[in-house]
Amino acid sequence: MKFLVCISKAPDTTTKIAFTDNNTKFNNDKVQFIINPYDEWYALVRALELKEKSGGTVTVLNVGAVDNEAIIRKALAIGADDAVRIDAEPADAMFVAKQIAEYVKANAFDIVLCGKETIDYNGSEVGGMIAGLLDWGFVSLASSLELNGNTATLNREIAGGHETVEVSIPFVLSAAKGMAEARIPNMRGIMAARTKPITVVPVAASENYTSILSYELPKEKTGVRLVSADNVDELVALLHNEAKVI
Amino acid sequence: MPVLVFAESANGTFKKSNFEAVSYGAKVAAQLGTEAFVVSFENLSDDVLKSLGDYGATKIYRIANDALKNFEAGLYAKVLHDAAKKLNANVVIFSFNYEGKAIAPVLAAKMNAGYVAGAFALPELEGSTMKIRKNVFSGKAIALYAIHSENKIIALTPNTVAPEKTENKCSVENLDITVSSTESKVKVKEVVKASGKISLSDADIVVSAGRGLKGPENWGMVEEMATILGAATACSRPVADIHWRPHEEHVGQTGLTVRPNLYIALGISGAIQHLAGVNGSKVIVVINKDPEAPFFKAADYGIVGDVFEVVPKLNEAFKKFKSGA
Repeated sequence: MKFLVCISKAPDTTTKIAFTDNNTKFNNDKVQFIINPYDEWYALVRALELKEKSGGTVTVLNVGAVDNEAIIRKALAIGADDAVRIDAEPADAMFVAKQIAEYVKANAFDIVLCGKETIDYNGSEVGGMIAGLLDWGFVSLASSLELNGNTATLNREIAGGHETVEVSIPFVLSAAKGMAEARIPNMRGIMAARTKPITVVPVAASENYTSILSYELPKEKTGVRLVSADNVDELVALLHNEAKVI
Repeated sequence: MPVLVFAESANGTFKKSNFEAVSYGAKVAAQLGTEAFVVSFENLSDDVLKSLGDYGATKIYRIANDALKNFEAGLYAKVLHDAAKKLNANVVIFSFNYEGKAIAPVLAAKMNAGYVAGAFALPELEGSTMKIRKNVFSGKAIALYAIHSENKIIALTPNTVAPEKTENKCSVENLDITVSSTESKVKVKEVVKASGKISLSDADIVVSAGRGLKGPENWGMVEEMATILGAATACSRPVADIHWRPHEEHVGQTGLTVRPNLYIALGISGAIQHLAGVNGSKVIVVINKDPEAPFFKAADYGIVGDVFEVVPKLNEAFKKFKSGA
């Protein structure tokens, strides 16, 4: 089985979000970048587990500039066999999906795994777009993945529960919590990652359908209104009369 | 060119997020000087479908086909693409819920459409460009997106734009789209729904608890509060990780994102990862014995106190309020 795991670079969760150039660009000065957690903890680790169990290869793919190789090396240290970097600054989700779809068309893969969303743009877009571009089956928000020959069985989250689905290979999935547990790279993995290949692929032509014009920070909360622990009736009254939520 | 709204029904009926999407679609249509049409895939009666017309849609199209009985993002996107072509629509609206999140990106790829996932306000028009705001960086910032392409898709974040009823009249028609179950790539084997419980992603009120509860045996008072308020229960990540509560209840960065009207946090310190999953809530109440807990900075109302003393008293007060005393 040939797995392709798409990894995105995202600012660490604790990053203080700020913007430059008249609020048109994310300020990445002093920002610690990580592999998007859904891509790493769930998509990558599950692909590795299945490879260890039934054989195959795990390739990680990132669309980004050369400085993304730090996070790509981490994915290799966790256990991916090789990596692909498509040499372009991502313009939007469709741009990224088109780059990945073009690569998949030229290189046979069986299962393409993405995280359910990135923690920076929170769109949950790339996986579905790849599936749409390739006309492959798509399972979103998958919380488990098992292989059985030419098909795979997955659980996916739905409103108020989950469902079990069977999909024929090849297909695309977006991985959610439950699919696997995070792995910390060990020293052997880190050493091995140094010599694993990263193939750099030139960007494929793509039209941009969307762009970000500007950013702003949300309005700060006006401050918490504290109520005495001895006067819980006041809280109930505030929630009813002032906040109007009960 | 009409605006098309996709409304997924659940158990033969529609819910608030569908009415929000229809109302939003009708407003976008008004901006564009056109009408909003709704597409529904279940074989529902005219009366049920007309409930969507109350929110401004002029036509409801029923596409009833056995091949669409079970949800499949790819197949649904294909049928919506065909419907958009047939109805000459170039703007499609979804709710940014489980179904919308899955179908909209597939449709965007098929339609060559610019897609804004998770809008929270109406677009501004500038020529043929639509400018739309959505939350980014897990609620820590807002981005103003522009869609430049001719075809446009917007998924509306639930509980952000209130649905408005109109005096509008709507008609129901069947729309014939050819689709066969042999085109299906994903087969649904089993559907498991937590019965009797309020779904966390749809709940208006969420009662959530963390490590401050000291052990799973102490969740009785949390569940009691949820029952009194008609709320769903949730928990913080550490609590799910040590199996005090099921993973489905975990809200936060790596779990579920919720945006209820009221989020009550009991014994949760409010780590940034947790806040990322709840900061879209309209009103946040925090009860924690540590006055320095970071959650108080994100809260609207708070009580500094021991949950084991405060929560039983608060449950009594909620009960009294609910019984009208």
